[in-house]
Amino acid sequence: MAVRITSPAFKANARQALADAPLQTSMRNLEANFIGRRRAATERLPEFEALRDAARDIKDHTLAHLDLYLTAFEDKVVQAGGHVHWAATAEDARTIVLDICKRLGARTATKGKSMISEEIALNEHLEQNGVTPVETDLGEYIIQLRGEMPSHIIAPAVHLTREQVEADFRRVHTHLPKERNLDEAATMLAEARGILRERFLAADVGITGANFLIAETGTSVIVTNEGNGDLTQTLPKAHIVLASIEKVVPTLEDATTLLRVLARSATGQEQAVYTTFSTGPRRAADPDGPGEYHVVLLDNGRSRMLGTPFQPMLRCIRCGACFNHCPVYQRVGGHAYGWVYGGPMGAVLTPTLIGIHQAGHLPNASTFCGRCEEVCPMRIPLPKMMRHWRERQFEKSQMPLAERYALDAWAYFARRGWLYRPASRLGVALLRLLAFGRGRLRWLPFAGGWTSQRDLPAPAGTTFQAAWKQHVKARRRAAR
Amino acid sequence: MNSQTPAQPRVGLFVTCLVDLMRPRVGFAAAKLLEDAGCSVEVPRQTCCGQPAFNAGDRATARDLARQVIEAFEPYDYVVVPSGSCAGMMKTHYVELFDDAEWQARAGRFSARTFELTSFLVDVLKVERIQAIYEGTVTYHDGCAGLRELGIKDQPRKLLSHVVGLTLAEMADTEACCGFGGAFSVKYPEISAAIADRKTANIAATGAPMVVAGDLGCLMHIAGRMQREGRQVQARHVAEMLAGMGHEPAIGEPDRS
Ligand code: SF4
Repeated sequence: MAVRITSPAFKANARQALADAPLQTSMRNLEANFIGRRRAATERLPEFEALRDAARDIKDHTLAHLDLYLTAFEDKVVQAGGHVHWAATAEDARTIVLDICKRLGARTATKGKSMISEEIALNEHLEQNGVTPVETDLGEYIIQLRGEMPSHIIAPAVHLTREQVEADFRRVHTHLPKERNLDEAATMLAEARGILRERFLAADVGITGANFLIAETGTSVIVTNEGNGDLTQTLPKAHIVLASIEKVVPTLEDATTLLRVLARSATGQEQAVYTTFSTGPRRAADPDGPGEYHVVLLDNGRSRMLGTPFQPMLRCIRCGACFNHCPVYQRVGGHAYGWVYGGPMGAVLTPTLIGIHQAGHLPNASTFCGRCEEVCPMRIPLPKMMRHWRERQFEKSQMPLAERYALDAWAYFARRGWLYRPASRLGVALLRLLAFGRGRLRWLPFAGGWTSQRDLPAPAGTTFQAAWKQHVKARRRAAR
Repeated sequence: MNSQTPAQPRVGLFVTCLVDLMRPRVGFAAAKLLEDAGCSVEVPRQTCCGQPAFNAGDRATARDLARQVIEAFEPYDYVVVPSGSCAGMMKTHYVELFDDAEWQARAGRFSARTFELTSFLVDVLKVERIQAIYEGTVTYHDGCAGLRELGIKDQPRKLLSHVVGLTLAEMADTEACCGFGGAFSVKYPEISAAIADRKTANIAATGAPMVVAGDLGCLMHIAGRMQREGRQVQARHVAEMLAGMGHEPAIGEPDRS
């Protein structure tokens, strides 16, 4: 199935986003909220930096023995009475989920937040095959109403203002009194909960993601702040966990280490409100729980990253900190990136999943300010990996021609100092002439990329190297 | 001065291509500061550190330019650079460019001797006094590479605190990127400008009539954007302020030097 990809139009998307006033308001709120909260939470924990090292090491170790831990996980799931399905591609994963739904005669499936579900475009597939997906995370619920993709991996509707959400609720929840007050986020949450309550009870299948899979016990772990995930996975006949292969960690202890950095990096909480561990289906003595427990393990290109410079990306625990701190994401929001994953992590991961030919802009649209790497709890060298993508584009001559010519021409001179010096002297003299004695240029042919947005200072008229030569000569003369 | 530092350290000044072309004054300011601190300063022939090629994915060119720089600066005790961004390239990334042992070793030795200007003055030469007077308030923008690759944060502030009469008014979110990003600024001009606008607003909010930074790239971008927005805030390189050039024409002002 075609997934809507607009990554090739990143520039146009970004331009549109910059002109979108409500979006800009929302993005400013994101910045104001997330950054300070994360900082406060990490400053409260003296061992945070050491925890980051430990977290990185856990994932590096796991990735080095990924096959081992995945099969160990599978064994434990089976021992607990559950099923593991290996999905090499997005299509395989969709088919597996739909088959389970069909076998159970499912008409509706409730869903906890899952980025893998977005990655494999599960909702469209279920709908087309007669199963109604019901998103139960408030943010996901909102974007489902709007037919949008999430704009942030942990805050899917962060691009919307309260007013926009209110308008959507009034548009869709027409059975509720028109004059009701929806001024507070809390009342909106209550309204959504009321509607979702019936859906929870009616659902045949519950689908969630997983923050971690624990090899030692065959457990899947989800972290939420609304508790919707628990209802999603305990009430229906079957619980389906969607997880990509790099979600596995060896032990419960490891998972708790990762949970400690996850919550602080994501929302600045010490711990999320709900952290739920699920192992297998309902046992005879359990008061509740699903009759069946399935884990769909998605590869979708990830195993190809092992052993490449992109392997560290598989350490990602989807905390979203790199999004919140990225100056580009802060301005253009998640939808501009044109597919499921945005921000710095998307700039690295998306090209592996949909191809660099489609996602070519993403690793280029970065100032390399390095703030993402600075805050990434898993110490993923995001800028370095974006640069790797640029190297691949350069090698494959996938760089826009004008850029390539400019780079080659510049390199020609920069490699040849004897040519560079006279050429640069000529260049700055010319620029200075063009400035007509003013200190700066408002417009310069072939430099629209610069002068469309800012003035260009006029050079002093001679290069430093030429001036320094004179300076040294004059000094010698004076000393004589 | 540090015990391992030679009596008169011989410094090779790498001014950066932007300073060479656009603002020689920064190079002279850096030379003055180094000489005042007891160094002998020389300027070997130079073009560019290679960062534009490196960040465009052209490793071969970056490697050639790195070789060129390493060779030219091998005779010196230290290599000093008035830019966190270029110094970051030279100190942290050159070593990543080479596969052969010989050049890796040369790049490693080069890295150990290479410093950003304010970091060299404070961390290596332990400079405690600066002969400069400037009556006025300035705000300081932390360039990203200097800040995150080289840990430059306190050094320029410490030096500015020695300038007689100068008051530093910190802006909000001073560690946020200004949106320059080298080629990014011309490849994605609208996003670059949108990022700058937050920075320029934070600068303006301090009420300081001048912004100072350690990177000419950021400064040209910030100054150019403020001039386009009609803001009356001057921009100068930190070396200029420390060398007592705070009254000479600011970036983008008519300059008859
Ligand atoms: S790359 Fe790092 S900061 Fe970004 S989402 Fe993943 S773990 Fe979090």
